[in-house]
Amino acid sequence: MNDLTPDREERVANLKGMGCSRKRVEDARFTQGKGNYIDDMSLPGMLTGDFVRSQYAHARIKSINTEAALALDGVIAVLTAKDLEPLSLHWMPTLAGDRQMVLADGKVLFQGQEIAFVVARDRYIASDAIELVEVEYEELPVIIDPLKSLQSDVVLREDLDPKAPGAHGPRKHHNHIFTWEVGDEAGTNAVIADADVVAEASMYYHRTHPCPLEPCGCVASMDKVNGKLTLWGTFQAPHVVRTVASLLSGIEEHNIRVISPDIGGGFGNKVGVYPGYVCSIVASIVTGVPVKWVEDRMDNLMTTAFARDYWMTGKISATKDGKITGLHCHVTADHGAFDACADPTRFPAGFMSICTGSYDIPIAYLGVDGVYTNKAPGGVSYRCSFRVTEAVYFIERMIEVLAIEMNMDPAELRRINFIKKEQFPYKSALGWEYDSGDYHTAWDKVLKAVDYEGLRHEQAERLEAFKRGETRNLMGIGLSFFTEIVGAGPVKNCDILGMGMFDSCEIRIHPTGSAIARLGTISQGQGHATTFAQILASEIGIPADSITIEEGDTDTAPYGLGTYGSRSTPVAGAATAMAGRKIRAKAQMIAAYLLEVHDDDVEFDVDRFVVKGAPERFKTMGEIAYAAYNQAIPGIEPGLEAVSYYDPPNMTYPFGAYVCVMDIDVDTGVTEIRRFYALDDCGTRINPMVIEGQIHGGLTEALAVAMGQEIAYDDLGNVKTGTLMDFFLPTAWEVPNYETDHTVTPSPHHPIGAKGVGESPHVGGVPCFSNAVQDAFRPFGNRHTNMPHDHWRIWQMANALGLHD
Amino acid sequence: MIPAAFEYHRPRDIGGALAILTEHGEDARVLAGGHSLIPMMKLRMAEVPHLIDLADIAALRGITVEGGRVTIGAMTTQHELIASAALHDAVPLLREAALQIADPQVRYMGTIGGNVANGDPGNDMPGVMQCLDATYTLECPEGTREVRARGFYEAAYMTGRDDAEILTRISLKATRGGYAYEKQKRKIGDYATAACAVLIEAENGRVSSAAVSMTNLSDVPVFSDAAANALLGTACDRDAVKAAVAAALAEIDPTEDNRGPVKFKMHVAGIIIARAIERAWSRA
Repeated sequence: MNDLTPDREERVANLKGMGCSRKRVEDARFTQGKGNYIDDMSLPGMLTGDFVRSQYAHARIKSINTEAALALDGVIAVLTAKDLEPLSLHWMPTLAGDRQMVLADGKVLFQGQEIAFVVARDRYIASDAIELVEVEYEELPVIIDPLKSLQSDVVLREDLDPKAPGAHGPRKHHNHIFTWEVGDEAGTNAVIADADVVAEASMYYHRTHPCPLEPCGCVASMDKVNGKLTLWGTFQAPHVVRTVASLLSGIEEHNIRVISPDIGGGFGNKVGVYPGYVCSIVASIVTGVPVKWVEDRMDNLMTTAFARDYWMTGKISATKDGKITGLHCHVTADHGAFDACADPTRFPAGFMSICTGSYDIPIAYLGVDGVYTNKAPGGVSYRCSFRVTEAVYFIERMIEVLAIEMNMDPAELRRINFIKKEQFPYKSALGWEYDSGDYHTAWDKVLKAVDYEGLRHEQAERLEAFKRGETRNLMGIGLSFFTEIVGAGPVKNCDILGMGMFDSCEIRIHPTGSAIARLGTISQGQGHATTFAQILASEIGIPADSITIEEGDTDTAPYGLGTYGSRSTPVAGAATAMAGRKIRAKAQMIAAYLLEVHDDDVEFDVDRFVVKGAPERFKTMGEIAYAAYNQAIPGIEPGLEAVSYYDPPNMTYPFGAYVCVMDIDVDTGVTEIRRFYALDDCGTRINPMVIEGQIHGGLTEALAVAMGQEIAYDDLGNVKTGTLMDFFLPTAWEVPNYETDHTVTPSPHHPIGAKGVGESPHVGGVPCFSNAVQDAFRPFGNRHTNMPHDHWRIWQMANALGLHD
Repeated sequence: MIPAAFEYHRPRDIGGALAILTEHGEDARVLAGGHSLIPMMKLRMAEVPHLIDLADIAALRGITVEGGRVTIGAMTTQHELIASAALHDAVPLLREAALQIADPQVRYMGTIGGNVANGDPGNDMPGVMQCLDATYTLECPEGTREVRARGFYEAAYMTGRDDAEILTRISLKATRGGYAYEKQKRKIGDYATAACAVLIEAENGRVSSAAVSMTNLSDVPVFSDAAANALLGTACDRDAVKAAVAAALAEIDPTEDNRGPVKFKMHVAGIIIARAIERAWSRA
C-alpha cells in the first residue's frame, strides 16, 4: 500500500451506496428536455384516436350517427360499442371485480364517459370528427350523492342483477356495491356505550384527483405478420397490463410486449386500465397500423381515476384521563359509475382498517359501504397506500375532536395514547401487525424543535388580541402523527386480480465489473435508477455509477406488480438486496478460489473480498467479475447473474410527526402557512436528497388537497373543476418553506430495513394542514369542518361562528 | 382541447394587420399574447379561421414618458411594464397591478393591449385603466379615434371597439399621490375573487382627489365616482373609508362561481376596497 491507495472510507464513498445524497441520474435528460414520454412517440403510419364523450351524467343513448364523421377526409374509423361487442370488448373487467363499459352500451353513467372512438390521420382531424358524431340522448335522473343513491328508485347499473351478490358479497340495494367489515362491532359499541367520554364526528373527505403533469396515454401497435402486439403506455404496472391485455384479448402473453417509457408522474392515476388503452389496441388490430391515444387535461381530470370521496362517521371513546378505549368508523364510499377501485382484491376499501392510526386502541370496528353514483369511476390511492390517506385523516381528526371534548391539549392526548416502543411488533385491533416504531421519540423531537409550548403561548396571546379587536388574524397550530402501511404486499393476503403482489430484480454483472439490474417496478419520477443502484452498490461493491437500472419493458424486466402504494423500496428494493446477496455469495466462492483459501476464509469488505486477518490479500469485485466469465473455476458455472422474486413477510410501517403553523384572515379566508415541520421515519435511508424531494412533493400535494383541490359536481353531474383554472395545482408561489427532519427505526423484516417514503408526507400532511385551520377556530366552537379549506370555506367557517358580526 | 384549423397571419405593420382584418371581417381576430384567446380556441368556444398575430409589429411596442404624459404601445408586455423605471416613476400603480397578473411566464407573453381590449371582466388592467382615466387609441383603415377607458366596457367581452378596429395605444397622465392595487385570488394565475385600484391625492391632510375602480366584481370593470366622492375632503378616517366602501359595493354585481357565492364576494370586496383605500392613503 502507498498514499495513493484509497482507504476504506474513500472506497465506501466511491460506491455512492446507501446513505449517499447521490444526484439523480435521470435528471440530466429530464432537465434538458430529452425525456421520452408517450406523446413524444411517433411511428411510421401512426394514427390518432380520440373520444366522443358524454355531455350528460346519466342518459340513455338513443342513437349514434357516425356518417358525417366518417365522411371527413383523414378519418379512418369510428368505433362504438356495437363494433366492440363481437370481440366482447365493449365491456371490460375492473381491478375491483366489477365491469366497466369501454364504450357506452345503451346508456351513459357519468359526464365525459367514452361513447365513440374516432381514429384519424392526426389529432386535429380526430377532434374535428368528434364534433361531427351525432349522439341522441334521453336524459335520466342524476344521482350525485351516495347517501341519496341508496334511497333512490333510480337504477344506475341496469346490467347488474340487483339480487345477485357482487364481487365482495351481498348487495343491499340496486345502487349498493358491497359492505366490508373489519373488527368487533358489538364489542366496540359496548365499550363506547360505557365510556367516560365519547366524541363523535361526521366528515366528508372530498373527491379529488391525482394530477400528474403528463396525462394518461398509450400507443398500440399490432404487427399482423408476426402476431405480436406492442403497447407503450403510461403504466404504473406494465406487467399487470400485459396479463390483463392477454386475458381480455386472447392474444397469448408471450406475443404481447408492454413498455412504460418515461412517465411524467403517476400518483395512482396510472394504475388503472382505461377505455383508451382497449380502444387503441382494437383500432390497431383493425387498421393494421399503430394507434396513439393521449388524454388532454380535461379528459384526465373528468374521466380517469379519481381519489377519495369518502363520507366517514366516527365515534371514539376514552377514560376520563384520556386513554382511548374504542373506535367505531363507518364509511359510505362513493365509487362512481363502476367499481374500478385499484385495491388488493381482498381489500375493497384498501387498507382503511389502518384507521386506528398510531394509537394503542384496544377495540375497534370499521364498516364500509360502496355505492354507485353518476360520477367517473376510479378510487385510486392518490399518493398513498390504498385508502391510507382517508384512514389517517379520519383518526387524526377524531383525536382532535376527542381533545376538544375532553378540553385537553391534542399533543398530550396523542402522547398518552401512542403505541409504545416496547409494544412492537404491535397487533392492532383491526388486524395489522405494525413491524416497528418509536413514536414518542419522534413526537418529542418535533414538539421541541418547533417550541410547541411557545407556539401555544403565542396563539393564546393572538386570541386575546383578536378578542380585543386589535387583529383580524387567528393563529392555528396543526398537528398530525401518522403511521402508513405500505409495501403491498405479502402474497398470502395481497393480490390484484389473482396476481400476487411480490416484486422482482434481475442482475447481470458484466465481465469488466459494471452491471445492469432490471426490476418489475417502474419509476414515474421517484428516481429508481438512482436509488436502486445505491442499494446494489452497497450490497455488491460495484459503484452505483457503474450500474444501469432498467424498468418498464415486459420483454426484458422480470415480472413485478409495479409502482404505487410506496411498494417499490419495500418490495422491489428488498428483491434488489436479495438478488445482490446471491451475487455476493457466488462472488465469495470465486474470490476464495482465486485467493486459494477456503470459502469461509474470505469476507466482504466494501468493494472486495479479503482474506480474513490478511486484508492485503484481496480480490476486488471487478477482478471477481472478470474471472467469473473468463476463468474456468471447478464446480462453478461461468457468469455472474442472479434473480430474486421477493414476497415480503409483512408490510412496512413508516411513520412521522408533522406540525403546521398557519395565520388565517377571518375576513377574507386567506391563509398563510408560516411554518411546516416534517419529521419522517422511513427506516433505513437510501438517499437523503431523494427522500427530501419526495417529502417536499408529498407535502405539496397534501397542501393542494387540504386547501382547495377537488373534483366538484353540480346537481346535474357536471364537473365544475375540469380545468387547471379551477382545479388547484400549487405552484412555487403557494408552497411554503418546509423544514424536514428524521428519525431512523429500521424495519426488522426488510433486508435493508427500508420502509418506503414517497407517500408518507401526503398521508401525514393532509390532516396537518386541515388541523391547523380547524385549530384556529377551536376557541370559537369549531369541532369539525370539511376540507378543502379554500378562501370561501374558511370564510364560511368564520361566518358560521359569528366572527363577522 | 384541440383547436379547429385556422390560418395564421403575422403582419409587419399596422396597415398589413388592418388589411387582413378588413378582408376577413368576423372570421378574423387579432392575437396579442393569447392567454385568453388561445384557450378559448382550444376549447372550441372561439372559432377563429384567421388569426392575426401582432407580435412582429414594432410600432405597437414601447413606453414613452414625456411631459407628464405616458404612452404605451398595445403590444408592450406586462413584463416590460414592470421593467420600465420611467413608467414606475410616472405611474407606480401600473407596476403594482402588473406584478399581480399571473406569473413571470405569462407576463413575458401577455400584453397590455390584449389585456384591456378583450373585455374579459377577470382581466386586471381594464379597472386599473379606468382608475387612471386612460385613453385607448383605436385604428381602422378609415382612421383613428380615441376613447376613454371609463366608457369602453359594455358587457363581458363587449367593448366600444368595432370589429374592424385594432387597439394600438394607451395614453394616460402621470399620477401623483398615493396608489394601491389590492387583489385577492385563490392562486397564481387565477382571476381575482375581488380586486380594487385606488388613487388618492392629499392636501393638508385631506383627500383632494380620488379614483376607485374594481375588477371581476361585475361583468365589466366598475369605476365608482360615488366611492371617490365619499373620500373627497375627508381625512380618510374610518368613517370615510366605510362610506366609500358602501358606495363602491352598491355598484358591483358579482356572480357565484367556484371562488364562492355572492355573499362571500361582497364581503371580501368590502375588505379589499378598504385595504386598497388605506394603502393608497398611506402613500398619499
